[in-house]
Formats: sequence, C-alpha cells, structure tokens
Amino acid sequence: MTSLSVRRRHPLAGVVVLVLGLVVIGGLYAAFAPTSRAQTDSASDVEAGKKLFSVGCATCHGLGGSGVRDETGQILGPSLVGVGAAAVDFQVGTGRMPMAAPGAQVPQKDVIYTDEQIRQLAAYVESIGGGPAIPGSDRYDYTQGDPVNGGEIFRTNCAACHNFAGQGGALTYGKYAPNLMNVIPRHMYEAMITGPQSMPVFSDQVLTPENKRDIIAYLKTVEEEPNPGGLGVGRIGPVSEGLWAWLVGIGALVGVAVWIGAKSST
Amino acid sequence: MSDSPADEGREIEPADTSTLEPYEDPGLAPHAYRLTDTDPKAAKRAERQVAALFGLSALGTIGLIVAFVAFSPLDTINIGFTTTSASNFFLGLSLGVAMLGIGFAAIHWAKKLMPDVEIVHERHPLASSAEAKADALAQFEVGTDESGFGRRSLIRRSMIGALALLPLPAIVLLRDLGPLPGDDLTRTNWQQGMRLLTDPTLRPIKATELEIGQLVNGLPASFAEIPEAEGTQRQVARARDAIIVVRIAVDELQPPPKQADWGVAGILAYSKICTHAGCPISLYERTTHHLLCPCHQSTFQLNEGGRVIFGPAARPLPQLAIATDADGYLVAKLPHGFQEPVGPSFFERGGRS
Amino acid sequence: MSAVVKAATVPVEFVDDRITASNWLRRNLRKVFPDHWSFMLGEIALYSFIVLLLSGTFLTLWFKPSMTEVVYNGSFAPLKGIPMSEAYASTLNLSFDVRGGLLMRQIHHWSALLFVAAMSVHMMRVFFTGAFRKPRELNWIIGATLLLIGLLEGFAGYSLPDDLLSGTGLRIAQGIVLAIPVVGSYLSYFLFGGAFPGDIFISRLYTVHVLLIPAIILALVTAHLMLIWYQKHTQWPGPGRTNRNVVGYPLFPVYTAKAGGFFFMVFGVCALMSAFIQINPIWLYGPYNPSQVSAGSQPDWYIGWLDGMMRLMPALETTIGSYTISWNILVPALVVPGLITMPWILYPFIEQFITGDKREHHLLERPRNQPTRTGLGAMGLSFYGLVWLGGGNDFVATLFQIPINTITWFLRFAVILVPPLMFVLTKRVCIGLQRRDRDRILHGRETGIIKRLPNGEFIEVHEPITPLEAWELTAHDRQVPLELGPAEDDNGVPAPGRRKDRIRARLSHWYYQDAIQKPTKAEVAQSHSHAAELEAAEDSDQLTGTPD
Repeated sequence: MTSLSVRRRHPLAGVVVLVLGLVVIGGLYAAFAPTSRAQTDSASDVEAGKKLFSVGCATCHGLGGSGVRDETGQILGPSLVGVGAAAVDFQVGTGRMPMAAPGAQVPQKDVIYTDEQIRQLAAYVESIGGGPAIPGSDRYDYTQGDPVNGGEIFRTNCAACHNFAGQGGALTYGKYAPNLMNVIPRHMYEAMITGPQSMPVFSDQVLTPENKRDIIAYLKTVEEEPNPGGLGVGRIGPVSEGLWAWLVGIGALVGVAVWIGAKSST
Repeated sequence: MSDSPADEGREIEPADTSTLEPYEDPGLAPHAYRLTDTDPKAAKRAERQVAALFGLSALGTIGLIVAFVAFSPLDTINIGFTTTSASNFFLGLSLGVAMLGIGFAAIHWAKKLMPDVEIVHERHPLASSAEAKADALAQFEVGTDESGFGRRSLIRRSMIGALALLPLPAIVLLRDLGPLPGDDLTRTNWQQGMRLLTDPTLRPIKATELEIGQLVNGLPASFAEIPEAEGTQRQVARARDAIIVVRIAVDELQPPPKQADWGVAGILAYSKICTHAGCPISLYERTTHHLLCPCHQSTFQLNEGGRVIFGPAARPLPQLAIATDADGYLVAKLPHGFQEPVGPSFFERGGRS
Repeated sequence: MSAVVKAATVPVEFVDDRITASNWLRRNLRKVFPDHWSFMLGEIALYSFIVLLLSGTFLTLWFKPSMTEVVYNGSFAPLKGIPMSEAYASTLNLSFDVRGGLLMRQIHHWSALLFVAAMSVHMMRVFFTGAFRKPRELNWIIGATLLLIGLLEGFAGYSLPDDLLSGTGLRIAQGIVLAIPVVGSYLSYFLFGGAFPGDIFISRLYTVHVLLIPAIILALVTAHLMLIWYQKHTQWPGPGRTNRNVVGYPLFPVYTAKAGGFFFMVFGVCALMSAFIQINPIWLYGPYNPSQVSAGSQPDWYIGWLDGMMRLMPALETTIGSYTISWNILVPALVVPGLITMPWILYPFIEQFITGDKREHHLLERPRNQPTRTGLGAMGLSFYGLVWLGGGNDFVATLFQIPINTITWFLRFAVILVPPLMFVLTKRVCIGLQRRDRDRILHGRETGIIKRLPNGEFIEVHEPITPLEAWELTAHDRQVPLELGPAEDDNGVPAPGRRKDRIRARLSHWYYQDAIQKPTKAEVAQSHSHAAELEAAEDSDQLTGTPD
C-alpha cells in the first residue's frame, strides 16, 4: 500500500487513472450496452456477411440489399436498407429466411446458417443502412422482469393476435400469428422492435425495454406454468374443449349405454 | 280417405291397410339363457366381480380422503403428457374410481345376476272413454253455471280487466333496473386537445416515437384521472374510449376526403371497439393494413379510413382525428373527439356517417 | 318373508298410513321399461344435470357474484396485485386455494358441456325414430324447451367468472341486445344497470343462473319424466312387441341397478375428465378488461352455432332517416334462430298435419322407413353442423392452415346449398335401404352360392329369412298418402275446409312419394310361389342329370 501511495504523486498517475477509468467504463459499456453485439462487428464480418448475402439472399433482396421487383412491379424481396441487424438475427435465426416458397406467410423452419454466419449477415445488413441492433442480453433477461405487469401489457397489446396463452391464432387471408411457446427471449425482443412480416412494430420509445422484458417474463411464466387442471386443451379456446366433450365424454357414455343395453353372453 | 261415417268429410285420414299385412306377429322369441343362468360357477364368478368392483369404489373413496389431506392445491405432479396439480389429479382420479366402481358393479350385477326374462305389460289407450269425457264436461258446465260466469257479464268483464292490468306493476317495479340511455351511447370521454395515452402503461405518446408499422393501444388522458378505486368507471371508460394508433407510410394512405387531414405524418387513430358487436380489435397487419376482429372476423382497411373489407361489420371503424400539441404529444384534434358514436350499432344512433 | 323386506315393512307402513303409498308401489315397483341403448341417452342428460346441481352447490359456497373491484392477493402468482372483480378473484380462489375447488369447477364445466350434448343426441334419437308422435308431442315440446333453456343456462354460467373470454361473450351479447329495433338501447341499460359493463350484471346473472333457470329446468324435467312414466316408454317393433304392449325389464330391481349405476358412470366420467383434461383455465385468460381481447375468442360449443351465424352473415345494415337496423346482427342472432327453432319445436304437429295420422304410436320407426323425415332431420343437422363450423372458423383455419376468409366464403354458400343436398341424398339412401329390405323379404337372404339354370343363366341361391326377421322387417306402418275426398258429399253439400284438405293432400303426397312400400300379403305369396317353381325346376334338372 505504501508503494501505491508513493506513486500516486507520480506525474503520470493522472494519466494512468484516466486510462484505467476509460478501460473500465468501456468494458462495462461493452458488457451492458444494448448494441454490444454490434460493437464486435469487424470489417471482416461485414465482408464475410456480404459474401453470404450475395449467395443466399441477393436473388430476392438484390445485390446491395435494395430489394427486387419483378416485371409487373410486384415486390419479390423487400429492401433491407435500414432493417438492421435485429431483423436479420430474427428472420435468419428462426429459420424464416431464406424463404423456401412464396406464400401468405413465411413459416418458421430449421435454421440453415450457423450462429457465426448469422452474425456476419447481420453485420453486413447493418452496414448498408443501420437500423435496430441485436439487443443485449440485459434487455431480455426475463428473470429480471415482472410477469404480472408483463401479463397486463401482453393482454392489451399482444393477446389479440397471439392468444391469451401465446398459442397464436389466425389472421386474414392465410396469415397467422405464430405460437410463442419455446421462442427464445432474444427473438421475442427482436420481433417487437422490428415487426417481422405482418406484425406491427412496438418501438422502445412507446413500449419501453422494461415493458418488453416484462412481456417476455410473462410468456416464459406461461410456458413453464403447469396445467393444474390436466391436459391443456383449453389453451387454444373453448372450441377444442367442446370437441373433447363430444369425443371423449359423449363417446364414453354412449359406449356405456350400449353395454347396458347389450344382451349378456349365453 | 277413410270412409267411416264419423268423418263426414271434415277430417281426411290415411287409409286403413291392415288387410295387406304380409305376416302375423310370431310372438316373443324363445328366451335364451345366459351363462350365469346355466352355470353356477359363472354366477359365482360374476358375484365375486361385482363385490370386487364395490370394493374398488370403497378404495377410491378412501383415496380421495388421503389425496385431500396429502396435497395442497399448489403441489404439482408430472403425469406424462403434462405437469398438473397433484391435488386436482388425485382427487379427480379417486372420485372417478369411487363413482365408476359403483356404476360398473350395479350394472354388472343387473346384467349377469338379475333375471333377464322379459315381462310383457299391456298398454291402455290414453284417451278417456267417451263417457268420462262427457261427464267431465258436464261437471265443468255445472260449475260454470253455478258461478254464473257466463251470465253475469259485469263480473266477468271486471275480472278480466283486473287480471289484465296486473302485469303492469311487474313492469313498473322493474323500471329502476337501470337509467334511460339518453344520449349516453353517443358520447365518449374524448375531448378536443386531450392527449392520447398508452394502454395499460398510461404514458402520453409523442408523434416522433412512432415508427412506420407501429401499433399502439391507447386510452384518453381522462382515463388516468379516474381514481384507482373507481373500478366500474374505469371499465366503462375502457369499453367506449379505447383506441388503437398506427403509423402507416404516407404514400400508402388513401383516406376518404373528409378524413384527409385527421392524421399526423401517417399516424392514424381509430376506435378500438368493433362496429359489429363491440369486441375490442387490435389485430393489425402492418403490411396489408388490415385490422381483424377475433370475434367475428370483421376486417377494416386502416389506410383507407377504416372501411370494412370483410366480415359482418357494416360500418367503417370510427376514426379519431388527431394533431400534436405544443410539446409534440398526440392529442384529439376535433371537439368531442370522435365525430360519430363508437361501438356497435343501435336503433337511434343516427344516419350512416 | 326375507330379512330385507322385513326391515322395509315399518317405514312402508308409516308412509302408507299417511299417503296410501302401497297402492302406487304395487302398480309401479315392477313397471316395465324396454331395453335399448338408445333409450339411455336422455339419462345421460338427466344425470349430468344432477352432477351440475351437486358441483354447482359446492361452487356457490366460495364464489362471490360481485363486480366490486379488488386487488388480487391469492396463491396464483402471475396475477398477484392486479385489480379485478370479486367474481374473478373468488374463481381464482376456488381454483388455487380451495382444496377440490378446481376439481369441482372442472366437473361443473365438463358436465355442463355433456348436459347439452346429451340432450342433443337424445333429441336426435327421438326425432329419427319418430318417438315424438302422438301421444308424445307435449314431451317433445318440453324437451326442445329444455334444450333451449340449457343453452341459456350454460351461457350464463360461462359468463359468471368475469374473465376475459366471458366478458367478451357478454360484450357480444350486449351488442346483440343493442341491435334490437326501438328498445335495444333501453334493454341494454336496464340489463346492465347503465353503461356496459356496469357493476351489477354479474350478481343479476348469478340469480338467474343458480335459481331461476335451474328451477325451471327442474320443473320441466319433472314434467318430462312424469309424462314418460304415465305414457310408458316407446319400444322397437319386434316379435311380440306391439303398439298395445310394452316388453322389457322391471323397474325394481333391474332398472334400479342399471339406471342407478348409470348415474355413477356419468359422475365418474365427469370426474375422470376433470382429473385428466383441463377446462376453462380462467387464470390464463386474465380478468375482464373491455379494451382487451384474445385470439380464439369462442363461446362454449353449444353457443357455437349462433356465433357461427354471426360470423358468416354478410355486412348488412339499413339506415332509415336517423334510425339504424342492423340486419348483420338481427338476422343471425334472432331471425334465423327463430325460423329454425319454431318448426323444430312444432315438428310433431307439422308432421301430423301432413300425414293426417291421429293414431297413438308406441312403436318406433327405423329412420329408413320414413325417408322424408330422416331427410329433413339430416338437412337440419347439416345446417347446424356448418354454422357450428363457422363458429370455429379461426380454429379450423389454424388447424388445417386454410385462410379464414376462404372458410367463411365457403360456408356462406355451403349453409344454403348443402342442407337441401343432404335432404335429397339422405332420402335416397333411406329409399335404397328400404329397397334392400323389400328384396330380402321377397327373395330371402343371399347365400353366396351361384347356380346355373338349364337355359345357361346364372343365379344366386336365396334362402328365405326367418319368420322373426320377416316380422321385424315388416312391423312398420304402410305409408299411404292422403287422398282428397269428393268435393261434395252425396247430398251435394260442399265439403268444408276444402282448401286446407287440398294443401294437406298435396303435402302428404310429397311426404310419402318415392318411399318403397313393404310388400303386401299377395306380393309375398306370389314371390314365394315363384321361388318354389324355380326350386322345382332345379330339382327336375337334377333328376334328368343336366350337368351343372
């Protein structure tokens, strides 16, 4: 301790403290900043991403990611300028992109890119026009969230499409809101800030990051929650309960009636 | 056409075809004896089965008591296809066994051991004899005569009048079930210059906070002023004031002329209450600008003034004209907010707007 | 005298001295009921109603029918601290803090679904077998009323917990009330004690659900059973079973055990379903909030047909001056249900008017032997099924990945086109089956043995059916359309009610046309003598050694 207290008066001490302070702050920032992933994007990532993009995405989205229209002016693939890394991480990370076939909605499929490649693609798309970055893990750390508040927000803003238990539901003309069970928290967050496909955007200014974390906490609670009454058929609404009443209930009881009315073996 | 003289052409009846019948009733089939009738061993076996089923039921009942004591309602158990409440599962299972045990036992007993020789009972025509009918009528006539109901018209009329009036008190007494609607259905709590708040977080909304494709579920600033304790007032306010706010790229807007300047930079606000049956709607698709009601699938086109493109709703979704205040927050632009009643149609709501 | 009877003597004496019970017991203890599985469907409804009364009484001990707002502080963590009505909070309390409360809630709900379903299948049985005919028309009307009241009772119960789904259902109900011309808004304000949702509707509905409607159901069920008792049960025709007798087993002991046992079976099935399958998880729906809604907002299955019609109805509204008439609600919610239920309730009288049949009927008819009635039933059922499917169009869309709009458009046409098609198709099938029965009577049973006749023709050898079967196949009424009598009687006086008679005769011809009649005595005799000739011919072939 004495040596340190002696050197404290060293002319360079101020500089050292300053540098140390910057390193600590920078490190903390890197660890906690929402755009921490973006910070690590290097030029080589962008370059690698560009290569992947030109092979796997450019057919529909154009070489520069500026979108492609067919002869009739119909959009083949939308422009990706400004959609941001979060959109790429969501679309490619859930297997929705690359798209297999045109349809009312692009379904979730097996992911075909590695995490590394997705990061590179995201870096490239980010480089062509910015946009929402991939959120830092603090944003969606649902163990910090309040599921009660999240439930209230979810029921007002999300349940209309995704159903009260996050089971999804039908939209117009073949589109649908997907089931939210077993979706990873980062993808949930990204969906809310980017608004993939038909889904509207819930920007951080209006639905704060805390609100979003609460929603994720609620969904995880619903996911992990047992079904105290037994098989959870009612999670998708009373129509399925009616089917069970007819098939199992009336089925069994008519069976009993047939047994009662049948002649005994002779 | 029956030719029986009683008809006299007043009633036509289907013809009698009994003479055409090809067969005579052969009578009851010979009785077939059950195994339990002929084989004492089988009967003994059935007896033991019935007793065992009653015993199973008793076990179920005891099981229910054990389950009641053993589990709290919050204990869980994995039953293979789901994790469930141990209390509910074991109570239900044991109650089911207790009930089904008795049920199976009683029916098995009846089928195997009680006689199954069929018994024949005669039916008798349900109509009384002509004599009895005539007698009943005669007695009724005596009573009518003695009361003078037919003769004393003053009594008859005054009685009918008194009885006819009697339902009135029932209607009058029910008058205070609720207030008269008046023009209540045509009003909301929206006022000119009132801020739009987010639902359920109740924060004012800045125009600059909304991105293209954004959806915000909203309420008027007046909602935040209702005290927490006034639950009913809050529910009523939600049922009529709720709105949705969306932001659509300006070049995709095709509003009707009247509503051309009701938005702010592509930000549009609509009533959240369906014009069909009153469900709140917020299934907004940002790509097609469809707003779908989950109750009956009425679909509204939000970039075209909320017109109906599918489903049973007959009127466009009422739009709330908005502007920004000095601080950049979204506010209702016109007096009384909405320019027409929100929610489902009612008889006196006024002409189509 | 056995010990059991000895033990019963004292109480029977006691009762008898006061109300002459022995007279009644003497006549009724051994009352005969015919045995057939389809006669027990109504029992399922009766027993699930008893289960409803028992489980419902349990629920009333904890449920608070109040819309007063409280902050939840019970065991279910995801809703802790949220303001909600006492009705919803006490339902959560029943589900998570009262031991057996969740089980009773689930038993109550499952048995409610079964109650209505069992009434429906029972009604189908009665319809398709003609059990509603004279003298049982009144019981048909009572039964139909019970089914309708059952729907109302179920909807009331579904609405009581004040969760998001039930509140949404009430909101729609209020939308329907508002659409009633002239008085709609007044009715709504009276029902809800002011603006929707108000603070009093749940407690009003509670009285309706636990007192008013159950009392009416109980009264009607009693009347229903008394009529069955008094008129004796119908039976299937068969050897020794005629319109003038009833063949079966005695009430005591056989039916005491069978029917009593069946009650326990119904209760047991409800209990097991409630142990294994979750129903109405209101804790997931959240408390009712008029600005919230969920995808998959559907009613319980029995209201689905009404909701389906609401979904399928095209947008139609008329504005006259400043008054609005909402056909898009009035037609599916009030007009069409009225048009469907009236002929359905009055069907026994309608059929009686058409056929002119005023006789007592205690023998059931096989559906095939009344092709027009069966066709009409299939028509009604297909309409019901299609609009019901409409009520679950979002469920179907998700399950089969068909666009919801496609389903709706398909159903809009199907509900008009399919029922008549079903009528024709079902009628044809019935007539085909009737023809087969007729062939069997005339030509016997096909043996599968092929023989060659001397002229080279191949025939299948038929064996005559047993007398028991022959009787069973012919033990139904011959269907004779009404003939219009002469316009004037012998004295030249015009017959009264001529116009009515003409309509009746025409309807009756339509009703019975195309139906295949069972063979007459003469036809059977002729056919059998023809068969005998054939046999004789064969025998003579064999005698002359003609190769096979």
